[in-house]
Amino acid sequence: MRVHIDGVGLIAPGLPSWCTGREALAGPGIYRSAEVALAPSELLPPAERRRMTDTVKLALAVGAEAMAAGDCTPGSVPSVFTSSGGDGTTITAILEILASPEREVSPTRFHNSVHNAPSGYWSIANRSNESSTSLCGHDHSFGAGLIEAASLALHEDRQVLLVSYDVPYPSALHRVRPIEGKIGIALLLSPKASGRSLASLTLTLARDTRPETVMPAPGLEALRQQNPTGRGLPLLAALARGVTGSVVLDHIAGNRLILGLES
Amino acid sequence: MKPLKISRFTLASCLGPGLAATLSALRAGRGGLRPCDFETVEIPTYIGAAEGLDAPIEGNLAAYDCRNNRLARLALRQDDFEAAVAEARGRYGADRIGLFAGTSTAGILETELAFRRRDEAGALPDGFRYKETHNTYSIADYVQRELGLSGPALAVSAACASTAKAFGNAARMIQLGLCDAAIVGGADSLCLTTLYGFHSLQLTSETPCRPFDAARDGISIGEAAGFALVERADDAAPEDILLLGIGESSDAHHMSSPHPEGLGARLAMEKALASAALGPADIGYVNLHGTATQIGDAAEDRAILSVFGARTPCSSTKGLTGHTLGASGILEAIISALCLKDGFIPGSPATLKLDPALGSNYRIENLDRQPDRVMSNSFGFGGSNCSLILGHGA
Repeated sequence: MRVHIDGVGLIAPGLPSWCTGREALAGPGIYRSAEVALAPSELLPPAERRRMTDTVKLALAVGAEAMAAGDCTPGSVPSVFTSSGGDGTTITAILEILASPEREVSPTRFHNSVHNAPSGYWSIANRSNESSTSLCGHDHSFGAGLIEAASLALHEDRQVLLVSYDVPYPSALHRVRPIEGKIGIALLLSPKASGRSLASLTLTLARDTRPETVMPAPGLEALRQQNPTGRGLPLLAALARGVTGSVVLDHIAGNRLILGLES
Repeated sequence: MKPLKISRFTLASCLGPGLAATLSALRAGRGGLRPCDFETVEIPTYIGAAEGLDAPIEGNLAAYDCRNNRLARLALRQDDFEAAVAEARGRYGADRIGLFAGTSTAGILETELAFRRRDEAGALPDGFRYKETHNTYSIADYVQRELGLSGPALAVSAACASTAKAFGNAARMIQLGLCDAAIVGGADSLCLTTLYGFHSLQLTSETPCRPFDAARDGISIGEAAGFALVERADDAAPEDILLLGIGESSDAHHMSSPHPEGLGARLAMEKALASAALGPADIGYVNLHGTATQIGDAAEDRAILSVFGARTPCSSTKGLTGHTLGASGILEAIISALCLKDGFIPGSPATLKLDPALGSNYRIENLDRQPDRVMSNSFGFGGSNCSLILGHGA
């Protein structure tokens, strides 16, 4: 499968956007970690804005950056959202109340607990009736989303937005599922090359054991290992460097996802 | 889209395990809803609980033991499904068969129970397994391992449209050559999150749910698992069941309430017809989403009237099965396949008095009529909509 990358969105510790973070991804010795600051999307009405969880803020922000970079109206393309676990804070709040005698679940929390909440808010914010799906592949969620987004772009012969996001669970679940940092990556994929394309991307699923591509900077490598969306950072680093070559991601059931980049 | 052959399918729900039990319940209009006695839940409502989930998953997949995966296992063991997959594995190779499974809550029940057993420091009990039970991907991971497959895999979690949308993943990836065949389906099982969650939204009925009834007042939550083996349809015989079309859309209206005019529902149905290159008159029956909420049924009715008018027979089978949430797409796709195979249109016996404000040709009683093609609707939270069209081979 071969698609073209028309826009990128990024938020990660020390990388507040693709625009400002690409230099630190490309060069050695530049990266410094920093707390992620998330702001609610101004596209949503005030009532919805108040209800926004971190996953929704993160997903909408990176999605908007990729669409703007691709000079594309946000609601005009189908979207693929992918995350290893949805909104941990909301889910934990529900689990805590269900373990208490009251069991009075908040209706807003309940509808925010669904895995496709960011996809729903994205379509509301952008008044988009386009199809949108929400996927999970545990540690391989980024790769699963990338395969689906590329196949959708080729099948429908139109641009598709991929949004991958993962945030930590609080307390109890954090101990059994230690995700670190808040990371969101968005890619606007196109079946055709255009003046806006940053690179072409060839996806191959292979049953081999070649080593995964790692991040040279220890701080970035920690993000890659500790957050499922961070698994997409080697692809963004290669894009930032503008190199032609391949990036190898570990994938489901003993597969490797080989990403061939041509700038 | 290029049609897909649905070579084999299987399911388990409160109507019983397997196709024969399901068909006989549908033919007899015998529903599986009963007053809620699930776990420690105290909500005045009815549930559609599956029987036969007491035996744990043992052996090399014991880590995956939870109600959701037990329900999936129950479905996999029916209708010679595993033998059909083994045969396909021999023909194509394990890595050439994709696995696209949907769920909304996976095995979160395990975490609900574990949260009651946190220690003084707030830690979950030893032996709690997040990855294999609670995580959304656990359903795909478990089924992929159970069936010995290693092709592309993912879990779809788009609320109540999840397992319908999984057919789209399979159709695209088979057409693009990422795999030669796929397992499509998934499971959603009873848990406190959904029972108390829908109750908090005042959407659970105190009676067995009554879709399209004038007095309908909410859903009955059920549980189900279902799986289909899908392949290219190049050599399909006339008696084969095919997936002919799929349409997906977003409401862009509200997180938990459908667009009042059924805009997203209409778009999904129109896209499904376009993808199958069919017109409304080609559809002989529509299996509705029809969850029996006031707003949801009214919105779907408007969408049906705008696409089909008041002629095409339609019904919701949720009065029999309950709303099986993320599994409703695969459950109702398989019910649609049974209608095609057995030549009937299922009614909605729980519906006592049809709402005069609704205009669709809603069927309360079964019809002995062979539909040529059936549409199945699945709509969910987040405004996620999906319509499937099934029919016979050429």
